[in-house]
Amino acid sequence: MYKIVGKRRLNSTITWLEIEAPLVARKAKPGQFIILRTDEYGERIPLTMAGHNSEKGTIDIIYQAVGKTTLLLDQFEVGDALADVVGPLGKPTEMEGLKRVAVVGGGTGNALAYPIAKGMHDAGIQVDMIAGFQTKDVVILEDEFRAGTTNLYITTDDGTYGEKGFTTDKLKDLIESGNAYDEVVAVGPPIMMKFVCQLTKKYDIKTVVSLTAYMVDGTGMCGGCRVVIGDENKFACVDGPEFDGQLVDWDELIQRNSFYQEQEKEDMSHICRLTGGVRYHD
Amino acid sequence: MINLVKEKNPMPEQDPMVRNKNFKEVSTGYTEDMAINEAMRCLKCRKKPCTTGCPVRVRIPEFIEKIAEGEFEEAYQIISDTSSLPAICGRVCPQENQCEGVCVQGVKGEPVAIGRLERFAADWHREHFKDEVIEKAEGNGHKVAVVGSGPAGLACAGDLIAKGYEVTVFESLHKEGGVLAYGIPEFRLPKSIVAAEVSKLADKGVKFVNNAVVGMSMTVDELFEDGYEAVFVGTGAGLPQFMNIPGENLLGVYSANEYLTRINLMKAYIPEYDTPIHISKRVAVIGGGNVAMDAARCAKRMGAEEVYIVYRRSMDEIPARKEEIHHAIEEGIKFQLLTNPVAIKGTDKAYVCGLECVEMELGEPDSSGRRRPVEKKGSNFVLDVDAVIMAIGTRLNKLILETTENLEPNKKGGIGADEKTGETSHEGIFAGGDAVTGAATVILAMGAGKNAADSIDKYLESN
Ligand SMILES: Cc1cc2nc3c(=O)[nH]c(=O)nc-3n(C[C@H](O)[C@H](O)[C@H](O)COP(=O)(O)OP(=O)(O)OC[C@H]3O[C@@H](n4cnc5c(N)ncnc54)[C@H](O)[C@@H]3O)c2cc1C
Ligand SMILES: Cc1cc2nc3c(=O)[nH]c(=O)nc-3n(C[C@H](O)[C@H](O)[C@H](O)COP(=O)(O)OP(=O)(O)OC[C@H]3O[C@@H](n4cnc5c(N)ncnc54)[C@H](O)[C@@H]3O)c2cc1C
Ligand code: SF4
Ligand code: SF4
Ligand code: FES
Repeated sequence: MYKIVGKRRLNSTITWLEIEAPLVARKAKPGQFIILRTDEYGERIPLTMAGHNSEKGTIDIIYQAVGKTTLLLDQFEVGDALADVVGPLGKPTEMEGLKRVAVVGGGTGNALAYPIAKGMHDAGIQVDMIAGFQTKDVVILEDEFRAGTTNLYITTDDGTYGEKGFTTDKLKDLIESGNAYDEVVAVGPPIMMKFVCQLTKKYDIKTVVSLTAYMVDGTGMCGGCRVVIGDENKFACVDGPEFDGQLVDWDELIQRNSFYQEQEKEDMSHICRLTGGVRYHD
Repeated sequence: MINLVKEKNPMPEQDPMVRNKNFKEVSTGYTEDMAINEAMRCLKCRKKPCTTGCPVRVRIPEFIEKIAEGEFEEAYQIISDTSSLPAICGRVCPQENQCEGVCVQGVKGEPVAIGRLERFAADWHREHFKDEVIEKAEGNGHKVAVVGSGPAGLACAGDLIAKGYEVTVFESLHKEGGVLAYGIPEFRLPKSIVAAEVSKLADKGVKFVNNAVVGMSMTVDELFEDGYEAVFVGTGAGLPQFMNIPGENLLGVYSANEYLTRINLMKAYIPEYDTPIHISKRVAVIGGGNVAMDAARCAKRMGAEEVYIVYRRSMDEIPARKEEIHHAIEEGIKFQLLTNPVAIKGTDKAYVCGLECVEMELGEPDSSGRRRPVEKKGSNFVLDVDAVIMAIGTRLNKLILETTENLEPNKKGGIGADEKTGETSHEGIFAGGDAVTGAATVILAMGAGKNAADSIDKYLESN
C-alpha cells in the first residue's frame, strides 16, 4: 500500500499529494509519471510526478479533480493509502545542451510543467516560465515557480491577475523582444499546445510538448496511448510522454481524448449521486 | 477394464446462448464418474506416445490410471511432478497439437480427453486440499530474482523455492499471472485459479513485488547490486501490433491486448469496477488465433449483436485451439474467412463506422508451408461495424534488453537465450517463455521457467 503523507489544496479543484512510494522515488526524474489505482475497484490513471524525495521515499503529484477517479482520489486524506502506484514511467525530460528555455504551462498543465521547469533550472538552464490561467482564483504554484525558474510570467485570460492574455501572446512578446530560446516546452490543453507549436514554427524554435493520452498499463503493452508523431504511431507511455510538438497530429489527439467522455460523465454522476463521492460497496 | 467408446465423454458446458451473455466458465468440468469413465478409455500404451507429445512430459498413462482407480490425489501428484500449473494447462493447452494429437485412441476415434482429465485432477485437489499446510523447503541462503509473473516466471519461482532459494518475483502490473491474468478471459480460465496458484507460491515463501517495472523502477544490474545472485527474465511478448492501414487510430479501434486488459485485468464487465470500455454493437476482430477468439467472445459477452472474426486464410489454417473455435461458433461469432482488411472507415466525429475488406484466395504454399492468401482484385466490400479489434500478433518488449548491458537479443528480437537451459549472454541472467520465443503457449513458457530453475540451481551451486 502506498500511504499518503501530505495533502495540500492548491485551488478549488487542484490538489497536491505526497505519497510514500520508495521504489518510484529512488529512480524518478523530471518529466516522468506514475500510474495509480485508488483501490481494488479503481481505474489505472497516469499522473506526472511534480517532485520526489529519494531519501524519504516519497513522490509528489498534483492532480485536478475532473472525473471519477480524480474525484475519488480527492476523498483520500493523510494516513490513507492507495492500492497501487507504479513508476517511474516514460522518458525523462531531455536537457542536454540546453542553455535557455521557455516553459509554457496552461491551467492544470502548469502542474505538469512545474517539474520540467524546476528540473531544468536545477540543472543550470535559464528558464523563463509562462504560466497561464483562466482567472485569478485558479492560479497555482506561484511561489514554487518563482523559486524554481529564472523569470516567471503569469497570464490570465480575463486579466484578473498577472498580464491579461493568452500564454501564446506572452511567448510571442518574449521572442520578439529578443529572447533567444534553444527550446520551448509547452504543457497544457492540446489546443494551447497546438497554438504554441504554430507560433514557434514561425521562429523555427524546437518545441517539446507533453502528451496526456489515455493509458492503461503504461509499459507499452496495450497500445491505447498511441499517438501519431510525424508519420509514425508512437506509444505515449514508453516513447513519450514528451514529443516534438511540430510532429504531433493535434486534431487526432483531441479526438482520441474525447473517447470515454460520455460514459465517464454518466459514471461520475453515479458516484456523486449515490455516495457523495465516496465509493460504496457492500 | 477398458471403455471401448470411440468418443470422449462430452464436457458439461453452459448453454451457448446463455453463456455468451455471462463471464462464468464455459465448461463446468467432469464429475468423478465421468472422469473415471473417460480414464478407462486409456489403452495404457507401452510406448506412451501421449507423454512424448507433452512439452513437459506429464506421465499421462500413469495419472490416468490413478483416476480410473478413483485415486484422484495420487493422479494430481503425478502430474505435479512435471507440471507446475495443471489446472491451467488442462484448460488452455492446445491438446490437439500435443498430448492428444498423438494419442493412439485418436487414430480411429477421438483421443483420450487428457486435458480434461488433467483439469479434473487439479480441480479435485484444489477443492479437497483447501487448507493444505504447505511445507517450506529449508533455505539455502541464496537469493534469486524473477522478472515477470506469467507462467514462465511462476514456474521458475515455484521450482526455485522448492530447492531452498529465496525468491522474489517482480511484476510490472498490479496483479500476478501475466497473460493468465490480463489476456485469457474468466470464462476460459477463472482468475480464482490463477490467484490460487499465486497464493500457494506465496505460502511457500515466494515474495511478490508488484508495480515494479524492471528497467524503469530498477534495472537488472541493480537487482544484482541488491544481492540477487541470479535473475530469471520471463517478461513475455506483450507489445501489440497494428496493421498500418488507414483509420487505425479512429475511436473504437483497439488492440486485443487493450480490449482484453480492460475486461480481464480491470474487470470492465463488472459494473462496480471503474475502468471504462466502449460498448459496441457490431465488432470485427482481425486475426485467427486464440487471442482473436478471446476478444470476439468477450465482445459478444459485452453485448455486441454481431461479432465477426476476420481472417485472411481458411478454416484449415486457422491457428486457434479447436475447442475455442468450436465454442465461438456455438456462441454466434461469425467467421469472415479468406478476408483481409484494407481500411477502417470513420464518421465525421472519428468513430469507427465500417471495415473495408477484400476477399482472398489461397495460392501457393509459403515458407511456413501454409498456402499463401492472395487478394481477389476488385472484391472490396465494407463490413458494417462500430468497433475493430486488432489481434494480429504481438512483438517483444525491448525494455530489459535496452537497460541491461551485455544482454544480447536473438534473431527475433527477443532475449537471446539457450532454449534448453535459459542461459543468456550475460552471466547470471536466464530467460525463457514468450520473451525469448515470441508468442507461444502457456505450457512452453512454463517448461522454460522450470528448465531455467534447474540451470540457475546448477549455476549457483557451482559458484
Ligand atoms: C502522462 C500523463 C500525465 C498526466 N499528468 C497529470 C497531472 O499531473 N495532473 C493531472 O491533473 N492530470 C494529469 N494527467 C491527466 C489525468 O490522467 C486525467 O485527468 C485522469 O486520468 C482523469 O481521470 P478521471 O477518472 O478523474 O476522469 P475521467 O472521468 O476519466 O475524465 C474526465 C475528463 O478528463 C479527460 N481525460 C481523462 N483522461 C485523460 C487523459 N489521460 N488526458 C487528457 N484528458 C483526459 C476526459 O476526456 C474527461 O473530459 C496526465 C495524463 C497523462 C497521460
Ligand atoms: C489472449 C490470449 C490468449 C491465449 N490463449 C492461450 C491458450 O489458450 N493456450 C496457450 O497455451 N497459450 C495461450 N496464449 C499464449 C500464452 O498465454 C503465452 O504464451 C504465455 O502466457 C507466455 O508466458 P510468459 O510467462 O512467457 O509471459 P506472460 O504471460 O506474457 O507474462 C509476462 C509477465 O511479465 C510482466 N512484465 C513484462 N515486462 C516486465 C518488466 N519490465 N518488469 C516486470 N514485469 C514485466 C508482464 O506484465 C507479465 O505479467 C494466449 C495469449 C493471449 C494473449
Ligand atoms: S500439460 Fe498440456 S500437453 Fe501436457 S499433458 Fe497436460 S494438457 Fe497435455
Ligand atoms: S496414447 Fe492415449 S491411449 Fe495410449 S497411453 Fe496415452 S492417453 Fe492412453
Ligand atoms: S498505456 Fe498501454 S501501451 Fe501505453
